[in-house]
Amino acid sequence: MPLRKDLKSVLLIGSGPIVIGQACEFDYSGTQALKALREEGLRLILVNSNPATIMTDPELADRTYIEPMTVQALEQIIERERPDALLPTVGGQTALNLAIELAESGVLERFGVELIGAKLGAIKKAEDRELFKQAMIGIGLEVPASGLARSQEQAEGIRRRLGLPLIIRPSRTLGGSGGSIARDPAEYHAKVEWGLGMSPNHEVLIEQSIEGWKEFELEVMRDMADNVVIICSIENFDPMGVHTGDSITVAPAQTLTDKEYQLMRDAALRIIREIGVDTGGSNIQFAIDSRTGRMVVIEMNPRVSRSSALASKATGFPIAKIAARLAVGYRLDEIPNDITRMTPACFEPTIDYVVTKIPRFAFEKFRGAADELGPQMKSVGEVMAIGRTFKESLQKALRSLEIGSWGLESRVAGLREAAALATVRAHLSLPNSHRLYYLGDAVRLGLAREEIHRLTGIDPWFIDAVAEIVEAEGRIKNGPLDAALLREAKESGFSDRRIAQLAGLDEAAVALKRREAALAPVFKAVDTCGAEFEAFTPYLYSTYEGEDEAPPDARPKIMILGGGPNRIGQGIEFDYCCVHASLALKQAGFETIMVNCNPETVSTDYDISDRLYFEPLTFEDVMAIAERERPAGVIVQFGGQTPLKLALPLERAGVPILGTAPDAIDRAEDRERFNLLVEKLGLRQPRGVLARGLAQAVRGAAEIGYPVLIRPSYVLGGRAMEVVADEAGLRRYLEQALLASEDRPLLVDRYLQGAIEVDVDAIGDGETVVIGGVMEHVEHAGIHSGDSACALPPRTLSPALQEELMRQTRMLARELGVIGLINVQYAIFEGEVYILEVNPRASRTIPFVSKAIGVPLAKLAALVMAGKNLSALGFTAERVPRHVSVKESVFPFVRFPGVDTILGPEMKSTGEVMGIDRSFAMAFAKAELAAATDLPAKGCVFISVRDEDKATLAPIAQGLSAMGFELAATGGTARYIHNLRIPCATVNKVTQGSPHVVDLMREGRIAMVINTPDASGTADSFSIRRTALEMRLPFCTTMAGAQAAVEGIAALREGRFEVRALQDYHQDHYRDNCAPENRRG
Amino acid sequence: MSARREAILALADGRIFRGRAFGATGEAVGEAVFNTAMTGYQEVLTDPSYKGQIVCMTYPEIGNVGINAEDAESAGVHVEGFVVKEYRARPSNWRSEMALGEYLERAGVVGIEGIETRALVRHIRAHGAQQAVISSVTLDPGVLAARAKASPGLVGRDLVKEVTCAESYDWELGDWELGAGYRRPSKEELRDAPLVVALDYGIKRNILHRLVASGFRVRVMPAAASAAEILAPNPDGVFLSNGPADPAALPYAHKAVRGVLGRKPIFGICLGHQILGLALGGRTYKLGFGHHGANHPVMDLRTRRVEITSQNHGFAVDAGSLEGRAELSHLNLNDKTVEGLRGAGVPFFSVQYHPEASPGPHDAGYLFARFRRLVEAFPRWGAEALDRIAAEEGGAAAR
Repeated sequence: MPLRKDLKSVLLIGSGPIVIGQACEFDYSGTQALKALREEGLRLILVNSNPATIMTDPELADRTYIEPMTVQALEQIIERERPDALLPTVGGQTALNLAIELAESGVLERFGVELIGAKLGAIKKAEDRELFKQAMIGIGLEVPASGLARSQEQAEGIRRRLGLPLIIRPSRTLGGSGGSIARDPAEYHAKVEWGLGMSPNHEVLIEQSIEGWKEFELEVMRDMADNVVIICSIENFDPMGVHTGDSITVAPAQTLTDKEYQLMRDAALRIIREIGVDTGGSNIQFAIDSRTGRMVVIEMNPRVSRSSALASKATGFPIAKIAARLAVGYRLDEIPNDITRMTPACFEPTIDYVVTKIPRFAFEKFRGAADELGPQMKSVGEVMAIGRTFKESLQKALRSLEIGSWGLESRVAGLREAAALATVRAHLSLPNSHRLYYLGDAVRLGLAREEIHRLTGIDPWFIDAVAEIVEAEGRIKNGPLDAALLREAKESGFSDRRIAQLAGLDEAAVALKRREAALAPVFKAVDTCGAEFEAFTPYLYSTYEGEDEAPPDARPKIMILGGGPNRIGQGIEFDYCCVHASLALKQAGFETIMVNCNPETVSTDYDISDRLYFEPLTFEDVMAIAERERPAGVIVQFGGQTPLKLALPLERAGVPILGTAPDAIDRAEDRERFNLLVEKLGLRQPRGVLARGLAQAVRGAAEIGYPVLIRPSYVLGGRAMEVVADEAGLRRYLEQALLASEDRPLLVDRYLQGAIEVDVDAIGDGETVVIGGVMEHVEHAGIHSGDSACALPPRTLSPALQEELMRQTRMLARELGVIGLINVQYAIFEGEVYILEVNPRASRTIPFVSKAIGVPLAKLAALVMAGKNLSALGFTAERVPRHVSVKESVFPFVRFPGVDTILGPEMKSTGEVMGIDRSFAMAFAKAELAAATDLPAKGCVFISVRDEDKATLAPIAQGLSAMGFELAATGGTARYIHNLRIPCATVNKVTQGSPHVVDLMREGRIAMVINTPDASGTADSFSIRRTALEMRLPFCTTMAGAQAAVEGIAALREGRFEVRALQDYHQDHYRDNCAPENRRG
Repeated sequence: MSARREAILALADGRIFRGRAFGATGEAVGEAVFNTAMTGYQEVLTDPSYKGQIVCMTYPEIGNVGINAEDAESAGVHVEGFVVKEYRARPSNWRSEMALGEYLERAGVVGIEGIETRALVRHIRAHGAQQAVISSVTLDPGVLAARAKASPGLVGRDLVKEVTCAESYDWELGDWELGAGYRRPSKEELRDAPLVVALDYGIKRNILHRLVASGFRVRVMPAAASAAEILAPNPDGVFLSNGPADPAALPYAHKAVRGVLGRKPIFGICLGHQILGLALGGRTYKLGFGHHGANHPVMDLRTRRVEITSQNHGFAVDAGSLEGRAELSHLNLNDKTVEGLRGAGVPFFSVQYHPEASPGPHDAGYLFARFRRLVEAFPRWGAEALDRIAAEEGGAAAR
């Protein structure tokens, strides 16, 4: 059964913006699917609102729609494009939910679109928890005892039947959104309420808690002929109770005998057949009682998932790519295994190494968020490491995290024994993001493995491995560090830096000892088959053994350092740039080498670069590759801060860095050098001082005048950046920040209140500088650029002002000798241009700008860095599009109960969406829709703004009122609106008692909230913002945002919402002028 | 870890691997082969087919789940030596009764850990399976390599006689169930069940379990049983088991099978399949490094369905040598070798792989049911029985 002849065109749905639980793994799977289906000659239509994806590159599909992922938009796209089929299984939960809606609303039937991969019935059977449960019981499998509730009354009944603790899981949410464990009745009531609110169909599954059971996952694939294979087994280090996305996981399963594993495999086969997933990959989760082996089925995802991306990277078996082929008719045995070439894809990969995934968290970004892990996913990224033993892979994964960890550092150093023991026990029993480290401490403190197991539920096998690492640490500490001990340490995955810490040396000294002992890593291939067949794809990892399998060849090569784990401030945008660099350089005839440790990414697809090293991005690990490959150059400016931090050390070690010199990067990042630069060019920046310590900061701030913007130097994503209004605020900040920034100096700058912020991206080749785009932020300066919405082209800046911004950008780029990309952030304050920041590297906005103007900036920059000039590449003049593009950010607040949603200078968003249209208003409205903010067409808008914002309230209130909205406001604001002669109801503040504003919101009587924070009444406004978040009400926390929302609402009310493909926006321009593939040599 | 005894693995071609000893102290000689299954080391150790072989597990962490009484495939350990990357001395599994090292020590089997198993596998892949020595007593690599070179290979050797049973016996345990162990059928069930004689060339227990679970009374007979002895209890069917080494070195078995062919329905697995091939006048040959693992794709050529199979063999049947006498029923999708035969006008079928799994996937378990159907159909349809049940199966699949 080869390719189905009746399919000519296929619609793919992406997963939208990056959010917790749905990250770039769906760009990876979607991109694979597009590439695979392209090869089959199918006409492809793609919809995704996220511009920072490779899949939305216009070359990958015939028609690419960066549009809101709503039924309305999809219906229009389907009507225009008339696809034969819709593949809903490669775009995560978002695509699946949208496909269900499209099917149920009759759109698919109306336009004759067939669901391929999984039919509606199968999707519903897998996704609807009650149907799934019945299906499992029907095939003789056990599920945790549970009940389904749509109300508190039903939930009470279930509690009486099953008893506490209970797990509450909302139906149809992603990443366990809204899931929680309740241990007492009050907590239960509150969490049921929360869960009901989170579920799109107002339904929760209440489940007997099996906390502490062992947790496993199987990745299963099935074809149309009912051939089924297991691609990978995964065992969770953290037992049941912690969301699998937040668990440390290990592949393959470690603690099952064959008999037990086969029971699970048999169950998986029965499940995929019973659910009826026709083709493609599914993920099935199981729990096993470690005392009896009793097995229960937890859930199934009838689609590719985060785990399938991990399984693909862990085994070398490209699940999404194969799944796409299966969906259009192929059988597993008709598809070759890319890696071995000789054998078919119809087999089960076997691996001869151990893979460990560790999630990365961002609790520090959300003040008030408790570092506790449970059924709701909270991690923002992950790393994967490959080692020949579990210990080696675990330690490699630890240093891949980039959280300043080089091994199993103690978390209780300095505490007296009793205090240490108490701290350790507390952190073992309540899962948290540092539990692995506390486990190490538990061993150090002499806790028995049985006690550790009892406190954590972690399998003793894992505890033993950690204990062996700790025991080896002791030997390294005691010394002597001879060649034998050093070898043993390296074989167990110890980093030079950790060995140095333990032995009281510095990293260079350990590296030297290693050199003297001739101890260097070798590289082995990930080959799907345990070396049974020859591997043709150089997908490599390091280990300390004897045989190296992939000696480098002599071609000129360029090494690209990736961005490591996703985190807030550094995510998919940088991976996008790295992938583009690799693709462009490959096309230009270079051999490309990718180094990265993030399994979610497109960059770690072995198809992207000539060689893939799945390795931590530390100096030691990167040097080992550089020494072996001897690249002509290394690109460090595309992967965000991760590789940038390595630029100087690598250069000092003699590794050639391509593009802008590391020294120029330092000149832009080092505050004192930067001041000199700005002064030399005669430019202006907000007055600021560099302060070391409290006294200097207080003195400096007094000189500058409050409010001031304060932050540690050398940070990304505005980490620990804050606006403080007075000295007390400054002192409060410093107490926390000194911890966050170690001994680095602090920057104290004048805060330009109400200034317009502008981002400019440009590209330079050493001589010519061309502006990529000028983006005007919607929110005022003071809100992190990664969190604000922005428009390209600018919507209010005069041509003269834009020209001035471009002039300054060119000047800066020339002065710094930028070869590659540069991003400059400006503030326009009282008509003057101030420079806020210069980043001579790829910025977060590069994918957005590239898509807005139709020029692949990252590709051009990579070629420039490899020695081409811009005129040869045909990019010599700025391109101002006729359409307007708006970028909007999405936030993870809903995952962090008790955290304020207010925006500030510290970045908090996880992802972004793009809206494109003819006018700003409609583009903004689309961006809001894409960010899942439903701008209302009618109803009551609640307004409460602080005094200084009242001046800008009039046009907003008038606009809303004129469109027929009712207004409601609390005391001061209401009086102000009345004075404008606009009707407005007065409502109580929460502190004034019921019925107050939050009551109204809960009753569904408010359609939108405009609330700017008031320093004095934050507690009151906090509950408003939090309620708005939980009730999914659109809420604006800035006046600029509110103004844009009013314009957007007007556009939606007046204009017809129309969709348009990227290929239409950029028609001839893109193909003829800017695609580098048209311009070889 | 560092206090452990040194050990060396030497290959006949002189390649040396240094590691640490675990299990028994001593020296072992055998053909070095690798197994790619990620679970089931206990089943591998106790599979009599590994007689004469030193087995290297490609999965690096071994010992994790210890050893338990239920998972043994025979009464003892049959590998000559055991090679792993990292031996885990402290098992963690609710069924574990003993650590792997202790088990090997009690069985007197030499293990070596801490060696670069992947390099060994690549060497075997490139240079073929070859004789090897593991030693924790002699640590002179040259001497060990010479001993390996001097040792007899598997070709032409009858290792079956070392692993077969001494006398006939009845087997009465069925399938394993978690928590309940192996099921013992009731007297009534047994009374009405058809009788199968299972020839023990080194039979794995799970084959016996599967036969009982498929509704057979099972009489196990020694490998040397003659056709007359096999037919004496008037069995309803005959089963030919797996076993070690060279199928061509077993003329007595070929002869006995020839005497049964056509008179009773026959099902053969692995060595049993090869013996059938030879009994029919076909040829067998040695593979470069064999198939040992639990992930080999095999296609049932009639249904075009693919099974993921458990495999353990170093020899294979030459398809061309059986033209007209047997039909190719199953094909290995990796290297296109013969994986199954069915009789042309004679009621037998056989597979090269292991439908009883253990270790490995259960995809091919249907073959036991097929054998049961064949046995039931034979008295009525005789030589046509196989085609009759095939047609029924096809009809069932179509429905």
